[in-house]
Amino acid sequence: MTERHFDTELKCMKDGLMAMAIQVEEMIDLAIVVITKQSDAQAEQVVELDRIVDAQEVRLDCACIDLLGLRAPFATDLRFLAGCLKIIPQLERIGDHCKNIGRRGLILNRQAQVLNPDYFEKMGQAVCGMVCDSVEAFLKGDVDLANRVIKADDLVDELHHQIFGELLRQMIKDPLCIERASHLIIVNKDFERIADHATNICEEVLYILEGVNVKHPYLHQDPHD
Amino acid sequence: MEIEDPRPIPEPVVLPPPKTEPAWDRAAVAEMELALRVRKLDLWYGAKQALFGIDLDVPKNTVMSLIGPSGCGKSTLLRSLNRMNDLIDGVRIQGQVLLGDQDLYDPKVDVIELRKRMGMVFQKSNPFPKSIYENVAYGLRIHGVKDTRVLDETVERSLVGAGLWDEVKDRLKDSALGLSGGQQQRLCIARALAVKPEVILMDEPCSALDPIATGRVEELIFELKKDFTIVIVTHNMQQAARVSDFTGFFWLGKLIEVGLTKQLFTNPTQRTTEDYITGRFG
Ligand SMILES: Nc1ncnc2c1ncn2[C@@H]1O[C@H](COP(=O)(O)OP(=O)(O)OP(=O)(O)O)[C@@H](O)[C@H]1O
Ligand SMILES: [Mg+2]
Repeated sequence: MTERHFDTELKCMKDGLMAMAIQVEEMIDLAIVVITKQSDAQAEQVVELDRIVDAQEVRLDCACIDLLGLRAPFATDLRFLAGCLKIIPQLERIGDHCKNIGRRGLILNRQAQVLNPDYFEKMGQAVCGMVCDSVEAFLKGDVDLANRVIKADDLVDELHHQIFGELLRQMIKDPLCIERASHLIIVNKDFERIADHATNICEEVLYILEGVNVKHPYLHQDPHD
Repeated sequence: MEIEDPRPIPEPVVLPPPKTEPAWDRAAVAEMELALRVRKLDLWYGAKQALFGIDLDVPKNTVMSLIGPSGCGKSTLLRSLNRMNDLIDGVRIQGQVLLGDQDLYDPKVDVIELRKRMGMVFQKSNPFPKSIYENVAYGLRIHGVKDTRVLDETVERSLVGAGLWDEVKDRLKDSALGLSGGQQQRLCIARALAVKPEVILMDEPCSALDPIATGRVEELIFELKKDFTIVIVTHNMQQAARVSDFTGFFWLGKLIEVGLTKQLFTNPTQRTTEDYITGRFG
């Protein structure tokens, strides 16, 4: 097995992606605290961190294109870099959702809780776990883990549905909480979207590892089945 | 309380399967007519075996590239396809090469006639020390064509086909040796085209050319596959990826993997192929 200088460059790429993922995971943790503990400091921090994630996206995108152009890679190398190009924007979008939760938190913190904080604690932890696992699946090349994350998305969808129902109930009971509950409906959606991005990352991981595209399985089905 | 999702769920849009999906391609390939079939081909140079049980199908009007490290047997295979190995002492061959339905190693085969059906272009362009015109007309003259109108037409058609006509039409009587390397290589391609072969074999045709001349030859290969079937040996994997429909990877005299070029270069099935094309070999 020949040592390649290219391997060092790919390692840099992997490290950069890991740094971005760690940043994003921290943002999710902050977003959970913002909503469950109504903390302004954390809300401001998460909004601020989004700038760092944006900068990481630009830098890594650039590095990826450079490697594709200069090294003209094949096989695993090609799939790895193509995968990076698609995983980076997913992480960036997760950062955006956290920032949005932070912004909304600054409004919600002026008002009383309308929902038992346990709901968003549970939702937030489930979502954060998926994001951590998706990045770990990528870095360790773990197909099983990627598949488990894709399955876990169902649980998050279920929680999303539950919270939505609960908020609706609150609004029907007490129209004075409609404003707060409406904000929370959007926060709920933000968390649910973060889980979708984790799922997307895992689909890319399966592609990188196995060269098989698992997205939108219905496209491969016979429409007459 | 069961709360229904306020958004109606739209019916999924049903699209036909993507056309680049490998399974689709495999089915299409299975239906293609084959120009060339190699079956269980073994070759020895004296006591040393250089090819081991090669099985290879080349569909008509496609480009097959052969890649692999130096000395793995690419040129040997190419030479077996038009029986140029007959010229080398001590070569022993077993197995079959079928051009259409004809077994090339059938003792009844007329080798001169065979070479007309299998053109060959070499790594180093090798024009004869004759005029541009005579270089292209050479193959026809060997086959006894004397009619100058036929010769003129063929020379023009072949030079046009090889993308050289505009550059040489005013100096057909000049020596071919006065052409640039890239022009000489295209002249050799024109010479191969003149006898209207079914298959054109190319052994590293661009290795001595600059990127512009290389680009011309590659464009030409793309044009030529409308009328011919092409087997090209190249050390430039990017070139194999650019010009060919299928790629075969050779190693130590064995065909390790052969498949659609886009499949082999994005997701090869064999570890050795992966190591070779990603430069981890050695
Ligand atoms: N005329 C010959 N006599 C004896 N051995 C030969 C002869 N030609 C080739 N060989 C041997 O057969 C093997 C395959 O050679 P071949 O020329 O086919 O390799 P190749 O894949 O074309 O390499 P390259 O990429 O360097 O052109 C090598 O081990 C070579 O030494
Ligand atoms: Mg050779």
